[in-house]
Amino acid sequence: MSGATLILLALALPLVGAIGIAVTGRWEDLREGVTLTTAGALFLTVLAIWGQVSDGKEVALTLLPLLPEVPLAFRVEPLGMIFALVASGLWIINSIYSIGYMRGNKEHAQTRFYICFAISLASTMGIAFADNMLTLFVFYEALSLATYPLVTHHGDEEAKRGGRTYIGLLMGTSIGFLLFAVLYTYGETGTLDFTPGGIMAGKIPEGVAAVLLVFYMYGIGKAALMPLHRWLPGAMVAPTPVSALLHAVAVVKAGVFSVVKVAVYIFGIDFLQTLPTSDLILGIAGFTVITASLIAIRQDNLKRRLAYSTVSQLSYVVLATFILAPLSVMAAALHIAAHAVAKITLFFAAGSIYTAAHKTEVSQLDGIGRRMPWTMGAFAVGALSMIGVPPAAGFLSKWYMLLGAHAAGQWFALAVIIASTLLNAAYFLPILHAAFLKPLSSEAQAHPHGEAPLPIVVALTMTAGLTVLLFFWSAPVVELASALAGMKP
Amino acid sequence: MSFLAHYNYWIVILLMMLGLYIVVSRGNLVKKIVGLNVFQTSVFLLYISIGKVEGGTAPIIEAGYSVYSNPLPHVLILTAIVVGVATSALGLALVVRIREAYGTIEEDEIDHQDDDE
Amino acid sequence: MIAQHLPALQIVLPLLAAPIVVLAGSARFAWLFSVAVCWAAFAVSIGLLAQVMQGGEISYLLGSWPAPWGIELRVDLLNAFVLLLVTGTAAIVLPYARRSVRIEIAPEQQGFFYCMLLLCLAGLLGIAITGDAFNVFVFLEISSLSTYALVAMGRNRKALTAAFQYLIMGTIGATFFLIGVGLLYMMTGTLNMADLAERLQPLHGTRPVLAAYAFIVVGMALKLALFPLHLWLPNAYAYAPSVVTAFLAATATKVAIYVLLRFTFTVFGADFAFADQPMSLLLFVPALLAIFAGSLVAIFQENAKRLLAYSSVAQIGYMVLAISLATAAGLSAGIAHMFNHALMKGALFLALGCVFYSIGSVAIRDMAGIAKEMPWTMAAFVMAGLSLIGVPLTAGFISKWLLLQAAFELGLWWLGLLIVASSLLAIVYIWRVIEVAYFQPRPEGRVAAREAPLSLLLPTWVFALANVYFGIETSLPVTVARGAAAALFGAGG
Repeated sequence: MSGATLILLALALPLVGAIGIAVTGRWEDLREGVTLTTAGALFLTVLAIWGQVSDGKEVALTLLPLLPEVPLAFRVEPLGMIFALVASGLWIINSIYSIGYMRGNKEHAQTRFYICFAISLASTMGIAFADNMLTLFVFYEALSLATYPLVTHHGDEEAKRGGRTYIGLLMGTSIGFLLFAVLYTYGETGTLDFTPGGIMAGKIPEGVAAVLLVFYMYGIGKAALMPLHRWLPGAMVAPTPVSALLHAVAVVKAGVFSVVKVAVYIFGIDFLQTLPTSDLILGIAGFTVITASLIAIRQDNLKRRLAYSTVSQLSYVVLATFILAPLSVMAAALHIAAHAVAKITLFFAAGSIYTAAHKTEVSQLDGIGRRMPWTMGAFAVGALSMIGVPPAAGFLSKWYMLLGAHAAGQWFALAVIIASTLLNAAYFLPILHAAFLKPLSSEAQAHPHGEAPLPIVVALTMTAGLTVLLFFWSAPVVELASALAGMKP
Repeated sequence: MSFLAHYNYWIVILLMMLGLYIVVSRGNLVKKIVGLNVFQTSVFLLYISIGKVEGGTAPIIEAGYSVYSNPLPHVLILTAIVVGVATSALGLALVVRIREAYGTIEEDEIDHQDDDE
Repeated sequence: MIAQHLPALQIVLPLLAAPIVVLAGSARFAWLFSVAVCWAAFAVSIGLLAQVMQGGEISYLLGSWPAPWGIELRVDLLNAFVLLLVTGTAAIVLPYARRSVRIEIAPEQQGFFYCMLLLCLAGLLGIAITGDAFNVFVFLEISSLSTYALVAMGRNRKALTAAFQYLIMGTIGATFFLIGVGLLYMMTGTLNMADLAERLQPLHGTRPVLAAYAFIVVGMALKLALFPLHLWLPNAYAYAPSVVTAFLAATATKVAIYVLLRFTFTVFGADFAFADQPMSLLLFVPALLAIFAGSLVAIFQENAKRLLAYSSVAQIGYMVLAISLATAAGLSAGIAHMFNHALMKGALFLALGCVFYSIGSVAIRDMAGIAKEMPWTMAAFVMAGLSLIGVPLTAGFISKWLLLQAAFELGLWWLGLLIVASSLLAIVYIWRVIEVAYFQPRPEGRVAAREAPLSLLLPTWVFALANVYFGIETSLPVTVARGAAAALFGAGG
């Protein structure tokens, strides 16, 4: 199959799947079958695209002229490849998990849930393969809208409030800042294509570009730079599989992915080095890393703690990008993958605890490791990866980040990364300590429970395994990430 | 060329202002319609004045006359008069319906009733 | 043979059909006949647009009287586009009318209702197609008078006062226009627009010409509801029957904008308006105020139809703002938005018509939880709402893109900021309705609402899908708008 057909397939498969889910909504098993088949087919398609890219072929597709001058166009480049692989691969596991979770908790409107999920994945593919800023923007907005019904799934007052923050912040920033910045860029440069080395240098004066940079960074609200991070904890009202895939993988990764894309292909790393606001963004990212970690320590609700951890980890990617060294850009790309597998494991574990034991707070977890060894074991792997302990994937990306910061002489970034590692340990290790070493509380002893349903356990074991696997078998991802940064591996 | 040489235009302006003032200031709906009529009439006069050619006569070809008034504005304004009549009729019909619905044709009383709802 | 007479047919069809509809008496026949006429008119306008795109401007002499003396119908790209918009809306709205009218209009009035609707259509088409200045006034009054009657047919008694208010302001606007035309005739002795344009060239500095332009602009500003002359619009839209609101919102103000464009660019010329006179500023400031005031007021409305009406005031602001930039890019953005806005508001008001059909109210609080019972209606509402906000892949995004591009072309980056800021307000007011409809529980004891019947849903969805279609396949509105804008600048320059 030609590359163009494959891209079209990657975009269309989830949508066809969504229709299939809608049609088969009445028969649960069939519906879940459709979801799994679609997810599997999508992953195979992405793999096939990867195969073509590795062969050195150019994979691109121009769909239609959205505007007379700017078409809806796609092209596969290394960063998008990583993102697409991670998102489509984890969708399979997440679907297995969803089935266990949604049935185990007897959630309502499951058909709608799976439909929206499939559409979100289609949007994610669009973001990953976008060849120009307009295409990226189109799918970025589509992702916000497709995930809104998922965030507000419970339909109660809290969901409504969370949803309002979610859509308000994401669409507000994207229309208010991002669209403005995109259009301004287009007006000045006459193109929006992602071009290695950027399109701005020499066309937009530095002073203006410096302001535009701030617009871009805050326009991409999904990257959750402080103070525009509020939507992420708010979105935790969603069912856990949503938090897991979308708020650990697809949505937030779409945010940092866009940040890296903009930095590398719109501004260009060299041009960024001349801008005064690059340091500002670096500073804000560092501030976000530390502050979000500090907030995370104080959260007793497990999912909220994870959410703030995500905010902090996202800013790692931004921080790494704005160190503006090839090595650190590569680390940023790597961290997108590493954080994805680890954080999804953590969320899976949180959902597993909720399903089996109906516990949501950290303080209720005493001794739970003995009852749910698989869940908490996986949780431990995820947590270690977050802290950056080998042999977990998180170590790799942190390592390259440190190397990059050192090479670029960015002592601030270096200090932030080290300090935050300590903070990460401070909010994850107590959970592990409580789960494995503390005795069961009397309340818990009165309500015996075992592990979560099998699909959930299978799923979280798989992602934990991936977290470790990515450490030992990192070559393919490192290769892609190096290609992005313009280095030979 | 004096102030009064074009007195017909002054009348036009005077009527126009009077009409508009009545529309704005009166709360009685019928009086508003009357004001609107006065306003429109001033425009009719404007058009009729335009058509006048000094020394001209009625535009009927007849031996001994060579200068005629321009008949076109008069024709135009006939149309406008018809439109004006239609507008008044429709407006008055609305006033009748409003009176049936509210029992009054005073604007402030109508607003008062609407606010109470 | 027929192809030659398309311009005349365009007006004559609905004009002749109107009395036939009343004479026939039966409401069912009246509806069927009106539908047929509207679709025929739609076909004619498609034919006209095709002819114009192929062969350029069409000039049609009514009764074969040569141009400056007889009345000329003149079709170029701009008004062919407007004709298409008006007839297209009518063709989609009328099939919807039957069921909606059946519950909103008394049976004995239904024949008259269709008659008025056809007259209104004839008037709007006449305004758009004629090449004669006085003729514009006549058609303007035909459409206005029928509109007043249509608005007054609303069920709420407030419809009567709304219609009366509209009648007063509309008549003042039309009379202002009449004064302007009179002054032009006084100076040039002609009423034919092309002729006027020629003869006005040497007279541009004179005071009567200036006064004429001022009267025409103010008159049209009243008609197109430019802030702060918009006061008639919210009530008229809110209390008119659903069908009428949808039809008017999509067409009436657009035609008024067309007249403004036609006089500004073709008759007076862009140089006169924008270089000699400060028209840019005079349009720009009210337009910007309209955008913000309209959107802000919309946020606090309790009635969904009124909310959308205020949103219309804001959207008209966008169009006028685009025109006030006085560049080809700005003008084409304005023209494209005329088209796109018609799609959005058509869908939104028709969706509200469905809601009214089911629950007999469009107060926002009565719409609580309605999305569960009327999923299709509300889905159409959401789609059109997203288009109004300007989400990508909808028509509204294209408008916004073109408008921002036009602003940046002039280096007005702060205007770009204001425009994006204002579209955030649109998110707020659209989301208010969406949240109530989707998340609030149904009030206790309310009778279950039923999804609207297919004959209502289908037209609503045609509009809603058109929003998506023209958000993806943008060549028609964008090329036509650009062509029309280029032609307007060429004509006056």
